[in-house]
Amino acid sequence: MNPAETNQDCTAKIDASCRVPLLALFGGAALWLVAGLALGIVAVLSFHKPDLFADCPYLSFGRAQAAANDLLLYGFAIPAGLGVMLWIFSRLSRAPLALPLVPIVAANLWHLGVLIGTATILMGGSTGYPWLEYPRAAAVLLLTAFMLVAVTASATFGFRQNRELYPAHWFLFAALLLFPWIYLTANLFLLSNHPPRGVVQAIIDWWFANNLVFLWLGLVGVGTAFYFLPKISGKPLASSGYTLFAFLTLILFGTWTGIPGSAPVPAWLPALSSVAAGLVLVPLVAILIVTLKTISGAGVSSPGSSFRFIQLGMAAFVASGLLYVCQFCPQYSRVLDFTWFGFAQTQLQLLGFAAMILLGAMYDILPRVMGTPLPFPKFARLHFFLTLGGVLLFTIPLLIGGVKQGRMLADAQIPFATVNAGVLNFLRLSTTGQMLILVGALLLLLNIFVMTIKWKIGLFKAALAAVKAPLETAEVKS
Amino acid sequence: MKTGFSVFLAVFVTIGASWCGLVLAPALQLGGAKQETILNGTDTYPLQPTGAATLGLQVYRANACAACHTEQACQTGVVCEISLTGLGVYQPADFKAFVRSLFVLPELASYTNAIGASINNWSGELPKPILITADKKIATEMADRLKAVGVKSEMNILATGPDIARGWGIRQSVAADYLYAQPVQLGSLRAGPDLSNIGVRVPDAGLLLKHLFAPGSVTKDSTMPAFRHLFEVRKIGSAPSPDALNLTGKFAPPTGYEVVPTTDAKYLAAYLQSLKANAPLVEAPFTP
Repeated sequence: MNPAETNQDCTAKIDASCRVPLLALFGGAALWLVAGLALGIVAVLSFHKPDLFADCPYLSFGRAQAAANDLLLYGFAIPAGLGVMLWIFSRLSRAPLALPLVPIVAANLWHLGVLIGTATILMGGSTGYPWLEYPRAAAVLLLTAFMLVAVTASATFGFRQNRELYPAHWFLFAALLLFPWIYLTANLFLLSNHPPRGVVQAIIDWWFANNLVFLWLGLVGVGTAFYFLPKISGKPLASSGYTLFAFLTLILFGTWTGIPGSAPVPAWLPALSSVAAGLVLVPLVAILIVTLKTISGAGVSSPGSSFRFIQLGMAAFVASGLLYVCQFCPQYSRVLDFTWFGFAQTQLQLLGFAAMILLGAMYDILPRVMGTPLPFPKFARLHFFLTLGGVLLFTIPLLIGGVKQGRMLADAQIPFATVNAGVLNFLRLSTTGQMLILVGALLLLLNIFVMTIKWKIGLFKAALAAVKAPLETAEVKS
Repeated sequence: MKTGFSVFLAVFVTIGASWCGLVLAPALQLGGAKQETILNGTDTYPLQPTGAATLGLQVYRANACAACHTEQACQTGVVCEISLTGLGVYQPADFKAFVRSLFVLPELASYTNAIGASINNWSGELPKPILITADKKIATEMADRLKAVGVKSEMNILATGPDIARGWGIRQSVAADYLYAQPVQLGSLRAGPDLSNIGVRVPDAGLLLKHLFAPGSVTKDSTMPAFRHLFEVRKIGSAPSPDALNLTGKFAPPTGYEVVPTTDAKYLAAYLQSLKANAPLVEAPFTP
């Protein structure tokens, strides 16, 4: 057997070993993505027609928005990220996925946790802490599931044939370590029977939310991009030194941001956060340079939708990072705090950056692990343009509206009702963007659904054929 | 980053450092916070909320009111206000002449227009604020000069900023305000007004309940969704309920019916009434 054949054989084995775990993670994630986007639209309807849910508390803005945000983060981004991570680890280790049953169990536990959490929020059982709204029962399931996936990922990582680490390893391994730490801290402090008194709760929640939404998604998204961009463009990742520098500065400074300037806490906390936010510009620039150097001059004739998704995701990462830094600059935070600006930045981080890169990765991985091309490859292209247009239409009006709202709020002569009315048109525009993203997500769901059905039919046919096949004469007792 | 262990170490050190800085340190600094003594007083702040207010906070949480309302007023600074309380031997006209004679002082140069405008049409009612300045030295100097000629005045410290000007607070919110909140819900979006001081602004529970049932009946052009599910529209029994909302016009229920708040609504109103950040504290001084 020649080495090329062994390599192909090995790749096929890896992909086959990832099939069911990834299908479990991605299938649920796609479902939650659709649910989260739909719920986000339902939530914002309260601004278009305030009394729509006056008699139905389950879908009021506060509850639906919290549930929608959590569905996008916990329902979609994290399981999709974990699936992509498992596959990348397996590929980089050149070894099939270790303990393939464990992530299947984990995926089911995770999705159950998300279901329980979402239902609880809609029923009014949210914990009241932003990004940590899920109750204890859901938190236990999520943490268990994450640890199970981490076990498989670590085992696969340990079995790697080439001991050298790739940049993608650093980012993804760091994400694997980060989540249990922050999630356990937040839950043990805030959801225990004796939470700390007063604003300490808010501080811990800000620390947690920053480390999850900015840093965790950042690590997973950039790590995934640093695996796929060189692979698709056929060039090695530019400058390993820059990448290492970006990685270290990102986890060094990125962990300290998150306390808003307006917070009613001792002044050293927001001051520290705004300094850290300023320093986050360093890894942002480094990551931008590495990305540009890697993709520039890539001789790819037809890059395919995955490449487009991931390229755009990296652009959104830099944009969302810059907007994030702006929010912690004292000069701007006075205007931007308490406006739609922060909401729009978070949505850009979730949908423009994290979801974009993970969707690109999923469109690349799915045909490989399933061993068949996508049933509707044109939908992937269409999904890209819908997401691109949708994210721009969703976030840009709200960013502009947020600045306008902040400037009007800063002028006490302008009545509050006028301030509110001034934002409504921006909200209307942004809702159309949400709808475009939702249509795109439905296309993904359709692709995954048809793929799964075809695969199950294939399995059934194979089983039927095995049953119907005539017994080999050697096995027939004479 | 050659080995998995070095990545582990890098992550452990960086996250550990931020954990110590942003979780452990605030917990040590503020976690054991107790009631404070009010500035220049003997009362303690904040007061332990009533049972209804404590339950109302849970209604606030369940309905995610914090998605649209913040509970933190901000201030941009403080100013000293010199307010006349007694003119002594002066008549208002003589006093005006005396104040104008002070205009030559170089440190008052940038305030002469404001002071002049404030006393021009003044006919002598007291107390009368005459000087507002961010510079405590100038305020003290002015107070001394007034005292020297036998005019009584007092120096008030006032918070400034758009939130204060909108009436959303008397001073900025500080950590002490949230001592008894569980969970603390500061909010991050002002799609509705700030509520840190709503108990002072709207002390009337009936008005708060009316606002919850039909926001438009209290605030014209309100964009707030109605929370009708916290109320019961029912037939008036043998006698109208004492709790029934006083609704008029298009918001009134059909004849023979009344709108009665559920216990949840009453708790929520009690919670809103309990939101009073109105005590001067050493970290947020003002003259009440």
